[in-house]
Amino acid sequence: MLISNIIATETPDNKIRPVRNRKKAAVVRWYNQDVEIVKAEGLVKDYGRLRALDGVDFTILSGECFGFLGPNGAGKTTAMGIIYCFMPPTSGTVRVFNMDVGESQSSIKSRIGVMPQEDNLDPDLSVFENLIVYARYFDIPRRDALLRARELLDFVELREKSDVNIRSLSGGMKRRLILARSLINNPELLILDEPTTGLDPHSRRSVWEKLKFLKSKGTTLILTTHYMEEAERLCDRVAIMDAGRITSIDTPSALMAVHGGNLEEVYLKLTGRKLEG
Amino acid sequence: MRVKRAFRVWQRHFTVYTKLYKSSIALNFFEPVLYLAALGLGLGAFVKEINGMPYINFIAPGIIASSSMFAATYECTYGTYVRMTYQKTFDAILATPVNIDDLVAGELMWGAAKSMFYGAIIIAVISLFGLVKSPMILLVVPLLFLTGLIFAEIAMIFTAIVPGIDSFNYFYTLLMTPMFLFSGIFFPVDTLPDVVTKIAFFTPLYHLVNICRSLSQGELFMVRWDIAWICAAAFLLAPYPFRLMQRRIIK
Repeated sequence: MLISNIIATETPDNKIRPVRNRKKAAVVRWYNQDVEIVKAEGLVKDYGRLRALDGVDFTILSGECFGFLGPNGAGKTTAMGIIYCFMPPTSGTVRVFNMDVGESQSSIKSRIGVMPQEDNLDPDLSVFENLIVYARYFDIPRRDALLRARELLDFVELREKSDVNIRSLSGGMKRRLILARSLINNPELLILDEPTTGLDPHSRRSVWEKLKFLKSKGTTLILTTHYMEEAERLCDRVAIMDAGRITSIDTPSALMAVHGGNLEEVYLKLTGRKLEG
Repeated sequence: MRVKRAFRVWQRHFTVYTKLYKSSIALNFFEPVLYLAALGLGLGAFVKEINGMPYINFIAPGIIASSSMFAATYECTYGTYVRMTYQKTFDAILATPVNIDDLVAGELMWGAAKSMFYGAIIIAVISLFGLVKSPMILLVVPLLFLTGLIFAEIAMIFTAIVPGIDSFNYFYTLLMTPMFLFSGIFFPVDTLPDVVTKIAFFTPLYHLVNICRSLSQGELFMVRWDIAWICAAAFLLAPYPFRLMQRRIIK
């Protein structure tokens, strides 16, 4: 309770186009209730002989925050990569915004933001240029891109680093810049692969608050994480994955009610490794 | 593939290049001039004339070709490889509406553009030194884009299949250096055994050197078959970088 109060004062609630968007978001949320943003059926993905996803089904609804939890190699990143059309499924169907990932890659990707696990910022460009160059891939007109880039740097509190070289940013700053970059096209769906891995507690909080703010605006979020606290705080529903399968999908509270304990204990019980081992 | 999306990739490289050009252009300019001075003046003092041309005038057009060739191959081997693996620039780009084919097209176009640009600089330099007889040498510039495309395609094919960055040593030692030495830049190839001439015919550099040298003498008609050769090669090689890069990147 106390912590959430402190965080609330940090919430940057007048940064990204405040009033207009909040109203619009409310309308969009009402209108989009239970609209399926992502629908995967019988999803299988093989890398050579290795089966990374073994018949996975899930549906992600508009405006929710959906988490993939699971040990390394469980297939989380693969599932996300297929959603943002980075790799094709071996079999099964995946539809995003009601379009097939195999057919409408560019249209799907133009409405998605991706925050990858590792740092892939452009090391030859400054903080600001990273955003501007990225905006060009989305065909955002230069004037809008400049405006948007400034807004986003305010949002992630990097404005004073605008002209700085990427190499001189701290890990936390890089993560925030990657978050800003993923928002350049005002995405309806934001995909976050371990958004806070390797961050100190303060930076982690700061990223969480940004994500909560985006969610309150109506952005659909999909994330993977190893931090149960992160999942509990952010996710409306989580899918617990193990060895390429989803062992269960539900709200964190329902999972805890059924399996007992906190989410970490549920996770350990369902993925089954550390408890027995 | 969409031309506009490919252009966005090209534009990214251009933006980065305009930031870094001061350091790289000096080096790229320095090396060809070094060859010209060392061989043209040094060796030229002994060789005197080839085909009725002073030796330095003979090799100068060849230096256009080699400078242009290395610009494209360095870009699409080391440059592309670093962006693809170490910097993960490709991963970042592929998360946007740009698809793999757009990306490869952008890389190739950038390699070709750079090739044209570096060749054009040498044209300017050797013209300043008075080593060019005919203004027809300017016709080489658009052709450099085409040959640049061929070199970019060949380089990209290797980039798509090499296991690591060290493997480019094979590419340069076994392919590029022999081509550089035996394509008629430094001496006419027909003085060598027949088999070398035959092999040279199948290299793009040989035809580019022919084109550069003939046009610098104002002989356009002589190079029609060389032009036809490079048009055909650029076209025929085109599918492979796309196919192989797709196989490499899309898992």
